[in-house]
Amino acid sequence: MTEISDEQTRLSEAGRSPAIRVANLTKRFASFAAVDDVSFEAEEGKITALLGPSGSGKSTVLRILAGLEHADAGRIWIMGEQLDNRSVQERQLGFVFQHYALFRHMTVRQNIAFGLAVRKTSKAEQTKRVDELVGLVQLRGLEERYPDQLSGGQRQRVALARALAPRPKLLLLDEPFGALDARVRQELRKWLDQLHRELGITSLLVTHDQEEALELAHEVIVMNLGKVEQIGTSTEVYNDPATPFVAGFVGAANVIRGVVISGRVQFGEQFLGGAGHLDDGSFAHAYVRPHDVWVGRESRNGSSSPGRIERMTDLGWVTKLQVRLPDDQLVIADVPNDKLFGLQTGDAVFVDLRKAKVFEPPGTARSDELSVA
Amino acid sequence: MSARAEVVSQRDASVLVRGGLILLAVGYVAILVLAPLGGIVGATARAGWSNVTATLSLPDVRHAYWLTAVITVITVVSTTIFGVLTAWVLARHHFRGRGLLNALVDLPMAVSPVIVGLMCVLLFGRGGWFEAFFASRGIQVIFALPSMILVTIFICIPFVIREVLPVLHEIGVDEEEASKTLGASSLQTFVRVTLPSIRWGLLYGIALSTARALGEIGAVLIVSGSIQGRTETATLYILRAFEERQQPSAYLVALSLAAISIFLLVTIETLKKHKARRVSG
Repeated sequence: MTEISDEQTRLSEAGRSPAIRVANLTKRFASFAAVDDVSFEAEEGKITALLGPSGSGKSTVLRILAGLEHADAGRIWIMGEQLDNRSVQERQLGFVFQHYALFRHMTVRQNIAFGLAVRKTSKAEQTKRVDELVGLVQLRGLEERYPDQLSGGQRQRVALARALAPRPKLLLLDEPFGALDARVRQELRKWLDQLHRELGITSLLVTHDQEEALELAHEVIVMNLGKVEQIGTSTEVYNDPATPFVAGFVGAANVIRGVVISGRVQFGEQFLGGAGHLDDGSFAHAYVRPHDVWVGRESRNGSSSPGRIERMTDLGWVTKLQVRLPDDQLVIADVPNDKLFGLQTGDAVFVDLRKAKVFEPPGTARSDELSVA
Repeated sequence: MSARAEVVSQRDASVLVRGGLILLAVGYVAILVLAPLGGIVGATARAGWSNVTATLSLPDVRHAYWLTAVITVITVVSTTIFGVLTAWVLARHHFRGRGLLNALVDLPMAVSPVIVGLMCVLLFGRGGWFEAFFASRGIQVIFALPSMILVTIFICIPFVIREVLPVLHEIGVDEEEASKTLGASSLQTFVRVTLPSIRWGLLYGIALSTARALGEIGAVLIVSGSIQGRTETATLYILRAFEERQQPSAYLVALSLAAISIFLLVTIETLKKHKARRVSG
């Protein structure tokens, strides 16, 4: 009886189980924890991004999923199947490397067919599948070229076609556009988005480029120092950062330093709201995005702070203003050029810091531990 | 005016220096490599066709060639297989003692072949550590083929490893990892991905190994006893023919060995260039 109910639970769980489930993954290199108790889920048919700076452990997570590294602890399920003891080959996951990793002595056709050839697929089937993929990644006519006769963008598309050829359950992309220049990166990003809409293959994208993550991913997992900082949609991680790290890493942000006084952050003579969760008298950092800083000649309300424009940089459609506040802190404001109304360097202005996210200064908790020690 | 003349004379000086250096390099190689080779070709040519037929019909010469061929083939096959294996282990695995193994690989280059021969005699000769073991099984090691093969392999160990190791480092593990994620087994990955990437380094190592095995004399001289018609290799024959004042025969055999080695190296260089043009990489 219990067995059956267990089975039912298992089945019902499987019915709505996520495409990828990672639980308490940990990986140490010597004494350094590259991946520290990481857990997350990724939805089937969607692109999920692992976003973080270099050294945050995001690539290691991806390599553990692929079976290229072994975790010290933790478990992985893909499509409801536990994978920890499976070899790389058995996992049948497509992997796209940052530096393409194309077989340099093989043509484009041979590269794409590789995953089929090693599985002893018939020649006719291989040809059919390769032709299909060459069309999909728009490389028709280049089938007989060698990798070093292709541009970076073309190489990465071959790598993608090669990974897709054996119809993997999952696509793992490790900084796929990291080695390309900005323009090609933009193009490929758009192209990958479109391709994903067509194929709907569950994908995990590792990137340090927050714009890439926000643009491509359905859900973003922000990582830092081997730990997950926040999991959420692009909108959530951008507009509602859970930690100071996320606030600073995802999108640009001004950090205003101050002290909490009855739920507000005081800096100099000025106040900012949103510190209700912090104790009176504690230090606080308020994160404000440059495009959320309003600049004008007159005070809009009681919370506007006076300041002086120190520097203006015209970026074409928007101007970056460096404004010095009375307590000597510096604020960057992005003001659309049609909202400048003739502001000049040296002008006395009022700034309005909108949508501030207030956190304890990073490392506060740790300094407590240290003082105890 | 004088400044301009100075500039011109400076340029003349640099042209002179450059020309001098080129001349020096060409002269160095020509005198030390081409001259002796030319000498041996000339001497063999002067001895005439009758010398060729006479020398090649000698049973001792034929046997010497045969013995050299057997030793070379066995040496090259084993240094190739174990060389690739060792290079692979050194390049792809980190383990305690890796540095020591890496250093040991070069030892045969640092030790004189004569010393290699002596070490072999100490191990397998009368009163040696392994003498009783092989003697009781009726296997003659010293003054016989086994010891000759053993010392030649020892001397040829570094060539394949030293040619393949840097290539393995250079190509990195990306392609091998990609191959595995595509479902290829370790063996399939090695044969289809790694081997084609290291093939030129490997072939070059094999050629060097072959050339060295063909030319080996010091160690073989000591362990073989140089018994005429039995443990006399081509190089040992050259030595004896020379001592017995049969210079023309010695020159002919020497030239044939040199020709094989040069042919091997030139062929591989040519193949590599040809291939590089077609694949451009």
